[in-house]
Amino acid sequence: MKGTKRRILQDRIFQGTVLFFAMIALAPLFLILFTILRKGISSLSLTFLTTLPAPPGEEGGGIVNALAGTGIMVALATAFSLPPAVLAGIYLAEERERPLAKMVRGGLEILQGVPSIVVGILIYLWVVKVTGFFSALSGALALAMMMLPVITKSVEETLLLIPHSLKEASLALGVSYGRTIFKVLLPAGMAGILNGILLGVARVAGETAPLLFTAFGSPFMNLNPLKPMSSLPLIIFNYASSPYPQWHDLAWGASLILIFLVFVLNVLARLGAKKWRVKF
Amino acid sequence: MESQVLSFQNFHAYFSEQEILKGINLDLEKNRITAIMGPSGCGKTTLIRSINRMHELTPGARSSGRVLLSGEDLYKMPAMLVRRRIGMVFQRPNPFPIMNIYENVVSGYTLNGIRKSRVELDSLVEETLRKVGLWEEVKEHLHKRGTFLSGGQQQRLCIARSLALKPEVLLLDEPTSALDPKATARIEELVVELAKEVTIVMVTHNIAQAARISDFTAFLYLGELVEYGQTEKLFTVPKDKRTEEYLSGKFG
Ligand SMILES: Nc1ncnc2c1ncn2[C@@H]1O[C@H](COP(=O)(O)OP(=O)(O)OP(=O)(O)O)[C@@H](O)[C@H]1O
Ligand SMILES: [Mg+2]
Repeated sequence: MKGTKRRILQDRIFQGTVLFFAMIALAPLFLILFTILRKGISSLSLTFLTTLPAPPGEEGGGIVNALAGTGIMVALATAFSLPPAVLAGIYLAEERERPLAKMVRGGLEILQGVPSIVVGILIYLWVVKVTGFFSALSGALALAMMMLPVITKSVEETLLLIPHSLKEASLALGVSYGRTIFKVLLPAGMAGILNGILLGVARVAGETAPLLFTAFGSPFMNLNPLKPMSSLPLIIFNYASSPYPQWHDLAWGASLILIFLVFVLNVLARLGAKKWRVKF
Repeated sequence: MESQVLSFQNFHAYFSEQEILKGINLDLEKNRITAIMGPSGCGKTTLIRSINRMHELTPGARSSGRVLLSGEDLYKMPAMLVRRRIGMVFQRPNPFPIMNIYENVVSGYTLNGIRKSRVELDSLVEETLRKVGLWEEVKEHLHKRGTFLSGGQQQRLCIARSLALKPEVLLLDEPTSALDPKATARIEELVVELAKEVTIVMVTHNIAQAARISDFTAFLYLGELVEYGQTEKLFTVPKDKRTEEYLSGKFG
């Protein structure tokens, strides 16, 4: 009897400890959110979102060029990475056991692990140096390289989850292999693929390093992908590393917007995965 | 010869090195229901998947020998054309989850990129759904997902999907094993009805079901065709001892 009581007590203590450390693990997240919210909220306003950065010393200034730049570059990066990612994902799912598939899978894992600054430098060497100018296009390429493994993985995993019976149903109607993939399997897995895209976007939307030597940043409103372009993380980097305290506030405001965007993307990815999931 | 649509001639099927079908010779009668029976693992599924060339889709699967469809060697035709002429219904109902009922019925056309006018498609859908006895039940819900139907309705939808392509042969692999008795009975009635216009080959584990609806029965054992003949005869006076033992429930 006594033994039982002691064991119950031990159990309680153990549970309490686990809970305590779980809270500790969450603490950094709340600290980050709290700090950014506290420091950033004061800069938020409609003008902040709709005006260009002000020259040093002047009051005000906003991030509209960075918002546009992030939008453009992320859209371009998605457009660049989606087609190869979908095809590679199909290949990996359909030819699981091939030695080449295993190599591609391993390669993508390594690519995912390559530090983003290295990706930036590589694109600098391959694109910026060759063309002779910084451009949003090169920035988008760097981001695309980082999205590629994320989207490929989600396409592969999505296709693997689709029951084999669906593919057989299509093939048994005399439908070709290609049409079966593109008209039956990919549409059935659309939720997973969209989810992968959103996660990919969320991953690169906050990247500074790959853009430092590629898109470079710009204080002006630029919509031309062949010119240098700003982005949220770049503008945060520039504002935060400036000597002007007033710009530091803008950096906090931009951080808040960026965190909010990434958060919204993640929530959308989750909601979308639920809503669009196909019942088999 | 006229009445035989499908004819296996010294047909062998393999998974890698393993020989699954060991020299099958079998002639199936036109517009009749042939039941394929035999213990688990004897090669029933492999046999019917060889008819519509689905067997070869499994990595490492191959076959030799001939299967003739109305005299033409199926293995010399493009596999995709074979599959349009020979429909298949699977053990578990598998309607396309992203399509509604209407789209499921005509999927054989849309997925294959065969163009048809809206009017043609409309009447094809009605005609086919009537044929499988689903029209009255679903005519108000044609634009709802097929996956919302009951299991038995889904299976009839899958039969309709195959029938819409007007196949010469319909293959069914244990089509009722996932259904309740009532739904099973409806599928059985339907199959009997369909045999008027299409040749039916049906794998079944259910001896009573084979006896109820099939005209001919083929009994497979360990990849060999042990006995084949009219169902009545085969069930009442089996020639082979193994058939007799199977029918009396000695092995499952
Ligand atoms: N994909 C596969 N790879 C290798 N061997 C397989 C594969 N599918 C089936 N087999 C083997 O082939 C043999 C015949 O299988 P098949 O599915 O044709 O049997 P079946 O008579 O339909 O059995 P059941 O009544 O259980 O459905 C079995 O021994 C099985 O283990
Ligand atoms: Mg089987």
